[in-house]
Amino acid sequence: MKKWFMLTLVGKDRSGIVAQVTRALYEGECNLGEASMVRLGGNFTVMLMVQFAGNEQALDDLIGPVSRSFDLRHHVDAIEGELLHHVEPDVRITVYGADRSGIVAEITGTLTEKGFNILNLESDVGGSTESPIYVMTIEGVAEQGVEILEEALQILAREKGLETQLEPIDTLIG
Amino acid sequence: MAVLDILVYPDPRLKQVSKPVEHFDDSLRSFVLDLEETMRAGPGGVGIAAPQVGYFERIVIVDVSGKPKIKQHGRLVLINPEIISQEGSAVGREGCLSVPEYTGNVTRAKFITLRAQDEFGKICEFQMERYEARAVQHEMDHLDGLLLLDRLVSRRDLFRRQSQEATTPKPKTS
Repeated sequence: MKKWFMLTLVGKDRSGIVAQVTRALYEGECNLGEASMVRLGGNFTVMLMVQFAGNEQALDDLIGPVSRSFDLRHHVDAIEGELLHHVEPDVRITVYGADRSGIVAEITGTLTEKGFNILNLESDVGGSTESPIYVMTIEGVAEQGVEILEEALQILAREKGLETQLEPIDTLIG
Repeated sequence: MAVLDILVYPDPRLKQVSKPVEHFDDSLRSFVLDLEETMRAGPGGVGIAAPQVGYFERIVIVDVSGKPKIKQHGRLVLINPEIISQEGSAVGREGCLSVPEYTGNVTRAKFITLRAQDEFGKICEFQMERYEARAVQHEMDHLDGLLLLDRLVSRRDLFRRQSQEATTPKPKTS
């Protein structure tokens, strides 16, 4: 029976990586699950759920040649794969401000304290070289309700000079 | 009354265009009752379109009255519906009875003027906004063979689009 693995690859970005990596996996009789590829600071990063009949070492051997050909580093972990059990976020929080160290730790620390479970987090650094800005979007589940989060974020925003916005996600089912 | 089977994508019938209703008779009204019962049988459904149960005529039901504190018209049977004007746009999260275990962000007009017939053929006009307008647009898409999957915007678009939305002028109330 095929088991699930998490394959991560990172390295300098070049065009054609995704196509060649997924071709090698397909030809090696793998099935792909959910995936996330994103460029972070010009680096290629991908996490792929891979279903494969062999063990970690065999998957590592399968992906090795293509990984090396692009000068990437890769890693394989056996995981519990759970498809079709999505947890729906009910709150989206956006945060931005002049870039400095500590923004993510301050925001996520406060959110966690107030019963917020993070499901997605994405951030970008924009602005100019002289004055970069940090922009972060977080989605998750407000386990203790929205009011307590909103209050905590407002206090944090004032104290730390950040702009924060909290918005309920009201998913329409039609 | 009966709960009807819901077609689930990738069933190709969901991609077909439905025909206008011509006969406003008892068999139409009986179907509308079944369609409504089907909508209410699912958890959290605020709308349904006839093609979702394999009946390819231009009939939708929308009822967002379960959502507190929003402008809405209650239970609506909308036959041969047409959007005669629209204004503004907003991104929101949608799911679909015909696309289980998936939700995505979709851009919809924020305000619409809708003309439709009821189950007796009477022509009615409605001014709708936000959540209710979104529900109607989602259901009307089914009549043209379109799913939320045809209209997805990426999470990364969200922040930018919402910033733009803030500058959208308020609609005229007349």
